[in-house]
Amino acid sequence: MTKEKKECSFFQVTDLSIQFGGILALEKVDLEVQRGEVHAIIGPNGAGKTTLFNCICRQYKADSGRIYFKGKEVSKLKPHQVVSNGIARTFQNIELFTNMTVMDNMLLGCHSKRQTGFFSDLVFWGKAQNQEIEFREKVEKVIDFLDLQAYRNRLVGNIPYGAQKYVELGRALVMEPELLLLDEPSSGLNMEETQDLAFSIEDIKMDLGITIILVEHDMRLVVDVCDTVTVLNYGRLLAHGRPTEVVKDPEVVKAYLGEEN
Amino acid sequence: MRFVKRMNYLQDIQLFKYHSTIGWYLILITAFLAAPLVMGTYWVSLLILIGINIIVALGLNLVTGYTGQVSLGHAAFFAVGAYTSAVLTGKFGVSFWLALPASGVVGALVGIVVGLPALRLKGLYLAIATMGFGFIIEEIIVQWEPITNGVNGLSIKRPSLAAFSLASDKHFYYLVFPIVLLSVLVLKNLLRTSSGRAFLAIRDSETAAESMGINLAVYKTAAFCISAFYTGIAGALFAHFMRFIGPENFTILESISFLVMILVGGLGSVHGSVFGAVFITFLPEGISLSKDYLPTFIGQQAGLQAAVYGLVLLLFIRFEPLGLYGRWLKIKFYFENFPFYKKDTFRKVRKFHRTQKQ
Repeated sequence: MTKEKKECSFFQVTDLSIQFGGILALEKVDLEVQRGEVHAIIGPNGAGKTTLFNCICRQYKADSGRIYFKGKEVSKLKPHQVVSNGIARTFQNIELFTNMTVMDNMLLGCHSKRQTGFFSDLVFWGKAQNQEIEFREKVEKVIDFLDLQAYRNRLVGNIPYGAQKYVELGRALVMEPELLLLDEPSSGLNMEETQDLAFSIEDIKMDLGITIILVEHDMRLVVDVCDTVTVLNYGRLLAHGRPTEVVKDPEVVKAYLGEEN
Repeated sequence: MRFVKRMNYLQDIQLFKYHSTIGWYLILITAFLAAPLVMGTYWVSLLILIGINIIVALGLNLVTGYTGQVSLGHAAFFAVGAYTSAVLTGKFGVSFWLALPASGVVGALVGIVVGLPALRLKGLYLAIATMGFGFIIEEIIVQWEPITNGVNGLSIKRPSLAAFSLASDKHFYYLVFPIVLLSVLVLKNLLRTSSGRAFLAIRDSETAAESMGINLAVYKTAAFCISAFYTGIAGALFAHFMRFIGPENFTILESISFLVMILVGGLGSVHGSVFGAVFITFLPEGISLSKDYLPTFIGQQAGLQAAVYGLVLLLFIRFEPLGLYGRWLKIKFYFENFPFYKKDTFRKVRKFHRTQKQ
């Protein structure tokens, strides 16, 4: 517990704004996540949840505001440098490499860990070969962790949707992140799969010690697994707090369910 | 049916899945080494041409098949390689053995220059940009007379190795063959490492590739660079094989023929590059050989070759989009699972793809 106190701003977003044409997608959004937490971002469609993720991963360039991760400013990194700084993400509509096997997809997660250059890869001897074996060991561990053994050598495009979601999660885990961004991990999953997902998220948090931020619509999942919740609406911060409290917040209820007459 | 018992990770990254495959490839290599001893000069020169085309097809497949960047400018890299070697050996008296790698390097440098617009352009636009680049190089060759001798072309000598002259086609074959083998091996190596996977990742999803920590700029440029290196080397070999090069060797039609090679052979496969190069090099020879047997009004038509090219491409895209390699896989599958093959095994399942990506 004392450790948590020391690192009060493990991940912090301050005053983040981004505009697309005339639309303010995010307006002065603040976010703070502690180490070891599972943090949910909820909100109606178009609230700017995915945009926030894209800003964190530098796929969008924010107009103003800063993002700090472990005291380092993320907003100055290039998109491909985000991973090596310990932030991995998954996508809302699966972004897997469809023409590759599950194994290859997950091996790509190791990319940021590579030590070899093009030339040693061309020769494929010694270091390049050992590295490849090391990567495979790492991937096998994640495959075991997520129970994906059956799909190991199948083309990703041919496996069920639920499994694809898991492969994407696995690919993010292979990157050995400290902060994991999950964009609607339960979308397209059935009740049972969502339940399994809840267990997996708990496992990731407890066993691997990874901090998670997730965008989610399934309130039951949010209440089950999340420690804190941030509610966005029309790009603005609506509420912040424990899931059970936030769900009762009249503002949140208004945004989600509409006003009572 | 054969099953592999996987005992360690090293097994997964071997070039050959089964030990017996190594034997078959060794037999194939021996056969090709012995080929000039029994073949006539005509067939040996055809083999050399095939070899040169294989190198180009491998390079083009890396950039188009694996990385997904369409290039219609590979004749230009081919030309750069050919002229570099021709000028270095002819005008400056540099040894061929230095000029050969030099033409690869010069090709690669030009490849980097062409790779830069690839960072901003996609699909059709990139194809047009590379095509424009092809025209520019063609024009430079025609106009830069003091170096390239313009439309008159350059004549080149065959190289020699110490006391051995590689002047005859049969000797030249033994120069081309190891280079082809080496190119295949190097590309195979590259493709089984993280660099190779990064290329494929860029083809499948740039967004995801970037979030894997793949620097798109570096990898796209590298793909063009390596591809152009291959093509440059092939160009140099071509120049010394033909003994004479002129701008007419490096037109847009040549670029298209390279592209047809990998399309017919199979996009994104090393086997495919080889199959395609063999098929497309044989095609015009086959057509001219069969001319005498065809009815006169077909056989003597002027545009017969181009028409057959078009027809072949059309049929492949319609019936076998994976190319000859796809067909090869199917035949292999049939024999590996001998009694269990069903006609519908490869029937396409109509899939409803998500129409919109985030």
